[in-house]
Amino acid sequence: MQKSFLLYFLITIIGVVFIGRLFQLQILKGESYDPLNNEAVKTVFDYPERGYIYDRNGVLLVANQLSYDVMIQPNKVKQIDTLEFCKLLKIDIEDFVKRYNKASRYASYLPSVFLKQLAKEDFAFLQEKLHKYGGFFIQKRVIRKYPINAAANVLGYIGEVNEQLAKKNTYYQAGELIGKDGIEKQYENFLRGIKGKKLFNRNNLNKITGSFKNGEQDTLAERGKDLTLTLDIELQQYAQKLMVGKRGGIVALEPATGEILALVTAPSYDPNMLVGRKRSENSTILMDPKSLEKPTYDRGLKASYPPGSPFKIMNALIGLQEGVISEQTSFYCYNGYRYGNRKNEFMGCHCDIFGRPIQLKTAISKSCNSYFANTYKRIVEKNNKPSQGLDNWSAHVKSFGLGNYLGYDLPQGSPGLIPTGKYYDQMYRYSWNASTNISNAIGQGEVQTTPIQLANFTAAIANKGYFFTPHILKGVNKRPIENASFTEKKQTTIDKKHFSPVIDAMYEVFKTGTGKWSQVKGIDICGKTGTSENYTVVSGKRIKLEDHSILVAFAPKDNPKIAIAIFVENGGYGSRIAAPITSLMIEKYLNGEISEATAHRETSMLNISLQEEYNKLIPKIDTIAARR
Amino acid sequence: MRQEGNNIFAGVDWLLVALFVILVSFGWLNIYSASKTDEDLELLSFSTEYGKQLIFIFLTIPLIIIILFFNAKFYEKFSIIFYLVSLLSLVGLFFFGKTINGATSWYNFGVLGLQPSEFVKAFTALAVAKLISDRQYNFKLIKNQIKAFIVIFTPAFLITLQPDVGSALIYVAFFFVLHREGLTLNYIILGALLIVLFLLTILLGVTLVLSSLLILLTIFTVYAIYRGGKRFLRFNWYKIIAGYAIITIFIIGTGFTYNNIFKQHHRDRFEILLGLKQDSQGIGYNSHQSELTISSGGLSGKGFLKGDLTQGDFVPEQHTDYIFSVVGEEWGFLGSSLVIILFMLLMYRVIYLAETHTNKFGRIYGYGLASILFFHVIVNIGMVIGLFPTVGIPLPFFSYGGSSLWGFTILLFIFIRLDAHKGYDW
Repeated sequence: MQKSFLLYFLITIIGVVFIGRLFQLQILKGESYDPLNNEAVKTVFDYPERGYIYDRNGVLLVANQLSYDVMIQPNKVKQIDTLEFCKLLKIDIEDFVKRYNKASRYASYLPSVFLKQLAKEDFAFLQEKLHKYGGFFIQKRVIRKYPINAAANVLGYIGEVNEQLAKKNTYYQAGELIGKDGIEKQYENFLRGIKGKKLFNRNNLNKITGSFKNGEQDTLAERGKDLTLTLDIELQQYAQKLMVGKRGGIVALEPATGEILALVTAPSYDPNMLVGRKRSENSTILMDPKSLEKPTYDRGLKASYPPGSPFKIMNALIGLQEGVISEQTSFYCYNGYRYGNRKNEFMGCHCDIFGRPIQLKTAISKSCNSYFANTYKRIVEKNNKPSQGLDNWSAHVKSFGLGNYLGYDLPQGSPGLIPTGKYYDQMYRYSWNASTNISNAIGQGEVQTTPIQLANFTAAIANKGYFFTPHILKGVNKRPIENASFTEKKQTTIDKKHFSPVIDAMYEVFKTGTGKWSQVKGIDICGKTGTSENYTVVSGKRIKLEDHSILVAFAPKDNPKIAIAIFVENGGYGSRIAAPITSLMIEKYLNGEISEATAHRETSMLNISLQEEYNKLIPKIDTIAARR
Repeated sequence: MRQEGNNIFAGVDWLLVALFVILVSFGWLNIYSASKTDEDLELLSFSTEYGKQLIFIFLTIPLIIIILFFNAKFYEKFSIIFYLVSLLSLVGLFFFGKTINGATSWYNFGVLGLQPSEFVKAFTALAVAKLISDRQYNFKLIKNQIKAFIVIFTPAFLITLQPDVGSALIYVAFFFVLHREGLTLNYIILGALLIVLFLLTILLGVTLVLSSLLILLTIFTVYAIYRGGKRFLRFNWYKIIAGYAIITIFIIGTGFTYNNIFKQHHRDRFEILLGLKQDSQGIGYNSHQSELTISSGGLSGKGFLKGDLTQGDFVPEQHTDYIFSVVGEEWGFLGSSLVIILFMLLMYRVIYLAETHTNKFGRIYGYGLASILFFHVIVNIGMVIGLFPTVGIPLPFFSYGGSSLWGFTILLFIFIRLDAHKGYDW
């Protein structure tokens, strides 16, 4: 072996290793290298103005305003008159020291926010004096402004993007603003516009040294799109006013289009609470997980309740469609319906028609439990196996949009529950029949619906067999939406002809039945009241609470313009609170005002508060908390 | 004086000259890119680094002519004188040197600073060549081995005292020369083994490495006794004991040196390289930045003067020790691989030519040159691409700095001079 071999060999080895390493660094790793995400390139964003939001009549609901943050760069702060400065900012010395230390901890040579979102008046005053306080300066920000205090649940709010989200969605940088709920979240992509981007080269001292590649990759900002909602803000405000002091949800739809006219949750809050200086303080209050009020929880969309008596209409329609009953079919009621031999296998009834034949219309207007128990039994037992009958029943119910997410364009929601045969097969190990779940006949069993589902169900009745998926967006930049899922007719499984007797009966409800005290002169209202029993469990004991007050209604009877579903938690009989509020809303929407004849109804509704009833819940909840 | 004619360029190996010109020119382009500012536009000026480097480069022309002017024998005759003078220049630093960054490595002459250690390499190579080329010299004699070690390690020792450990480390390269001339390879193997043991000890800790090695040794011994019986034991017992003792002392010594004698910044360099410590902002900043910068170049680079990380001065010392990161960013995989290939060609050519020398002096000197280049290239580029710990030595012909450039120019052109003469009688 030649002696020169060793060095030749080592040189070759090292050459190969080095080139291999370069291959690894530059070709393999270099592939994933993002030329813009690089310390030498500084990206400066140009934020466009966020889109405005209007109601269906062009009333401005959400606009923008300037807000002024007081910024601090601690290393530039000189000796200042702290006391006077605190007075200007309306904070105390302790707060000042806290904020100052926080900023110093963050970085003493970088600016950070000292005091967020000054009021406009404070800003004007401060601006004149600020030159005296070195190290402090003002930074403008654009924030939201709500000229009308209503529909906070629909509009939602915007908040800062956190690190996690920024990592997941590369469009956003941490600290930027993004829609967090409601329309702001749902239509974030429309509202935000497209931010502009300017790229600069910078050196190791963070100094800008010029435009990156002569600006060929810079982009212009594009303004956010303005949205028009289907909401009628006047109706919305009115309904919110009527719901003060109550808990629950109201959804009003336009049956001919599926447009949401009003979407109320009570209690609600002023959308301006989540803007400005008190924002974080307020959001803590609003989102308090221990509170039962939950103002940011949209009861209209999310709360599932047993639907109660209005669900009888559903069973009537299925009975007619399946041919197990006709308009003339009669059942008897003896203060209730016995579905088994044991003592407690009995469903009580308050229709007060003892031992006389009851036909469909009367059954609906008097809300006879026995009639619908019989009907439900026939539907389920039509097939040999109860699970087949129940599946059939379930399919009919679901064709009205119940039992699943409706597909509307708001970020909150709940599927509710419409059981299938399989559901009971699993629950009772295949040994069950119609009597086992007879409560479904009157909307009290396993069935759960949300107010918006019930409103949609009502709209489908008003339309005699079809509906449009409820939606909140009417137009973008003043142009109507072209979303097929909202403009396409959804057909139910019930034939048109079966709706007429049912609608007649619902008309009767407001003429002579449970809704007769809530008539409006000149408007033919069709509806169905209900109460739904509910319980809570405290210390292992099941406690019955005051019934939920329920109502579904549409008006006018011919060519319906509005369909409403309302739930008032623990509001008692449907006729007590749900019916008057509904009739007031219908009158307001159709006539534009409340007539003198019904003014007393308005006054009494405005004055009713269920707070006492709700207060009863608080100690019970406290005991639960204490037990934990 | 000249015997073989008056043309000083006769017999010059133009391939080496061409490689020299290419490396120096390409190096300067990268220095220009790394140190360019918006204000200065003049090329020849003492106010910018690229301006100064250009002047340094122009000054290599008279230097080369002078080197080529002298006869090859002149270098052999005066090699010891050169060597001693260069040692004196190192000693003189302790009296007249200027301290920069904690190391007294410089003589200061107004605008110009000179770093003698960059020149001593060339003269040490001459001295080693002179010593070993003697007909009486035989590596079998320990006395001769020690002589060679003294020649090599005296300058290394003086440089360590400055302290400039990186520059001193280069003298290890002379082992290749000694090996070529007959020194047993065991020295290099032993050295490599000790380096591996050293790194393993840092990585896995004293206890683990020591115990597993002792177990291995015991297994080996038991096996050997089983095979060889008492005879084996009788003749080898002192070797076994020595084996145990050496391993134990070395590993414990390593642990002690590492933890008690090394400074924290030394430890940090090893720990970052071995992946024991993640730090892209503090101590590991240089390595992290240079790797990132090289990665960003991709296949064909961002283009001359278009490397944004280079232009933003994100890699510290990017015109000196980290110049290769500029090549990586602006010229990409193709450019940086080309530089490595150019260096390989240079070294291959030097070894090839050295092997053609019938005269031992020229061959040994050529080996010295190749080995020094080899060491510089591995340590410098290895550091920049994150394969070696941070050791601040320049990339030959590339890095900014007059001393380094002239030192390597002298080193190379003395060889070219010797090579041009190889056909003639000594």
